[in-house]
Amino acid sequence: MSLPETKCWRNDAYAKVTGKAKFTDDLKFANVLHAAPVYSDFVHARIVSIDTSAAEKVSGVVRVLTAKDVQGVNRFGQIIRDYRIFADDKIRYHGDVVAVVVAETREIAIHAAQLVRVNATPLPAVLDPEEALKPDAVLVHENHGSNLINTHVVRRGNVDNAFKQADFVIEQDFSTQFIEHAYMETEAAVCVPRLTDGVIEIYGSMQHPFSTRRFVATCLGVALADVEIIGTPMGGGFGGKDDTAAIICARTALAAKLLGRPVKMVYRRDWSMRESYKRHPYRVQYKMGVTKAGCITAVQCRIVADGGAYCSVTPWVTWRSTVQCCGPYVVENVHCDTFGVYTNNVVTGAMRGFGSPQINFVIEQIVEMAAQKVGISGIEFRRRNMVRQGSITITGQKLDGHKVAMEQVLDTVLREIDYEKKLEKCAHGKGDADELYGIGVAMSYRGVSLGAEGTDFCAAIINAQADGSILLETGMHENGQGVESAMCLICAEELGVDVNRIRYRRSSTSNIPDSGTTVASRGTIMGGGATALTARELKKKIAESFCEKLHCTAGEVRFKDNFICGKLDADRIAFADAMRQMWAMQKFPFALGTFKAPRTTWDEHSGQGDAYFTWVYCCAARQSSSR
Amino acid sequence: MKLFVNNKEIEVPASAMEKRIVEFLREDLDLTGAKNACDIGACGACTILVNDEPSRICIKLVKDFGGQRILTIEGMAAPDGTLHPLQQAFLDCGAIQCGYCTPGMVLTGHAFLLKNSHPTRDQIRQAIFKNLCRCTGYQQIIDAIEKAAPHYQREERGLQAASAPEKQTATKNSKATTLAKGEAG
Repeated sequence: MSLPETKCWRNDAYAKVTGKAKFTDDLKFANVLHAAPVYSDFVHARIVSIDTSAAEKVSGVVRVLTAKDVQGVNRFGQIIRDYRIFADDKIRYHGDVVAVVVAETREIAIHAAQLVRVNATPLPAVLDPEEALKPDAVLVHENHGSNLINTHVVRRGNVDNAFKQADFVIEQDFSTQFIEHAYMETEAAVCVPRLTDGVIEIYGSMQHPFSTRRFVATCLGVALADVEIIGTPMGGGFGGKDDTAAIICARTALAAKLLGRPVKMVYRRDWSMRESYKRHPYRVQYKMGVTKAGCITAVQCRIVADGGAYCSVTPWVTWRSTVQCCGPYVVENVHCDTFGVYTNNVVTGAMRGFGSPQINFVIEQIVEMAAQKVGISGIEFRRRNMVRQGSITITGQKLDGHKVAMEQVLDTVLREIDYEKKLEKCAHGKGDADELYGIGVAMSYRGVSLGAEGTDFCAAIINAQADGSILLETGMHENGQGVESAMCLICAEELGVDVNRIRYRRSSTSNIPDSGTTVASRGTIMGGGATALTARELKKKIAESFCEKLHCTAGEVRFKDNFICGKLDADRIAFADAMRQMWAMQKFPFALGTFKAPRTTWDEHSGQGDAYFTWVYCCAARQSSSR
Repeated sequence: MKLFVNNKEIEVPASAMEKRIVEFLREDLDLTGAKNACDIGACGACTILVNDEPSRICIKLVKDFGGQRILTIEGMAAPDGTLHPLQQAFLDCGAIQCGYCTPGMVLTGHAFLLKNSHPTRDQIRQAIFKNLCRCTGYQQIIDAIEKAAPHYQREERGLQAASAPEKQTATKNSKATTLAKGEAG
């Protein structure tokens, strides 16, 4: 397959363009029950009782589940176990679910859900993260002792001295807002109790099957092996289908287990908006010192992130913001304090960029302000401060071992959009112009994969068949982004075979080791790394089996154009023939490989370390006009 | 009451008349290509074509469609599975990511090209304006509709040649609509 053909190749495109792809709500199961969540009208309240009797009397209602029905543990979380599968002691935000109604039809479940009564004592709510940090603040989680979820710091150089040496000091406060992911497909789950062994099979719209499995197993009080998450096409996630989606699976699985019937819960858009976590709003106080020559001498910043009612992944999101708090610029003196804070607002968590966009917005604003102060263009200011090959980041990491492409990326964007020329056309607030025209540019860098925030490894399995067809699977999850297709292309290239020979196995948490979450570029770099390593493992096995026949050493065997070749192209065996012969030799052309992220380091007290094993560089320009 | 769905005549049971048509198609006919993503006719994921016009069916009832000619995404490809050129263009242009908006996008694009087979990119943008996609950023979808336009031009020329060679003076767009309707019916 030539490069242009591979560019858009997808293993699922045909099914999706013909409407054949079965998303969660498209799946049909005999004897299925339907579930609907129950919310309360409170924002912060102590629960006195939950009256489900009226709902239970509705014809067609099978059961109403509350916290007391949870057989395992009602509390879970990836970092702090503060999430309630069902609200038990308190309502902490307006999206807390107190009960789930299970009925013969979805309509009945929705109708009956309105009849559940929550008796609760309202409490004062804390809705502002700065207020939440005050010593006398209302506590969202009393046991936690305060509303502080986490802190991160960066300490580098001496900012006090550096500010004294600066010719200009720019100070500005910024705030960013909640953002909903608005994936086209709402959260959905179908849970099916397997009659043979009681394993709960889950088909659902979630982007972290392994995390979902942990949520479900904990809630049900069963072993990980008793829960199987089966890959199902997913209508978008953008970071938003982790915790909330997992909890929805847990509630649905509990209903299926207790009732011994398949249960489906498909979220209405308003439930999805109400309950699902959002992007963290940030308050940032930013102070930057610059010299007349346009060099940044120091940055001091204080970041407060509204974590909402539960921790979710707030510590990881805010860690990324902290590490990247000066953007792609070299700054030798940095003092950054970051706080993740509980409030009674909607929960916040992972979303596209994972803590990058908020801080990137701040930096690119302040950079323009600083450039204006110095009297040079924003582009020139960026050039004087940007990271280059071998630069040291604010956490002390030397940028090497990869191409530091910041300047190249910037130059390319400026050239492609013809920036300098178009800048002259800008209205710059001249309201009397016939056409209001504006153009802007912003740049950033980003640490790839999890970095020092998590354990980072991924598995892949390649199982070549006796006819030369190939089964591939990795621990990464198809979120709609095309990760399965990317893995197939990588596998095809490594093995020198046509991609159409490869089938990506329907993923299952019971097939492959827990390889963590599929987020952002992690899918490609970790899954792709695992696929490539596994393919090489397999090639080694094959080469050892055929090198003698091919008149070369195992190391000299080549894989190309669906053939296995020796040193000379004439010495070759068709891939399919080789696979059949391996079967005859009683050798499995099978390999399991693991890709481990290169080492990262982090000292949480100084905020110094090699935070990410590699970085990507980005520049974007945008023009806009209106008459 | 009868419906004509993907060139098949469907007898609608009385019990289904008050159902939302999106549920009737998805549950009773197992045509799950139309998605119910917003419930309020806002996102376009449930779009089907009714007499070649896009219709948002998450807010409409079965009884309102008596005798109408319905095309769902399942009816776009040839019976042997060969993709319609517009569907193929979606594949070729990388216009598919999660795929959830895709059926609605393809059908909206199809209805548009039947009316206007020489569109500008701006007209395409206007045509799919109300169909939401959260993955692609729309560019690849616009590319795909643009790429498929020549097919509709050929269809149009073919039909003109076959059925009405003497009426060359009619405006191109209105003619395309009339002829294409005749063809699809």
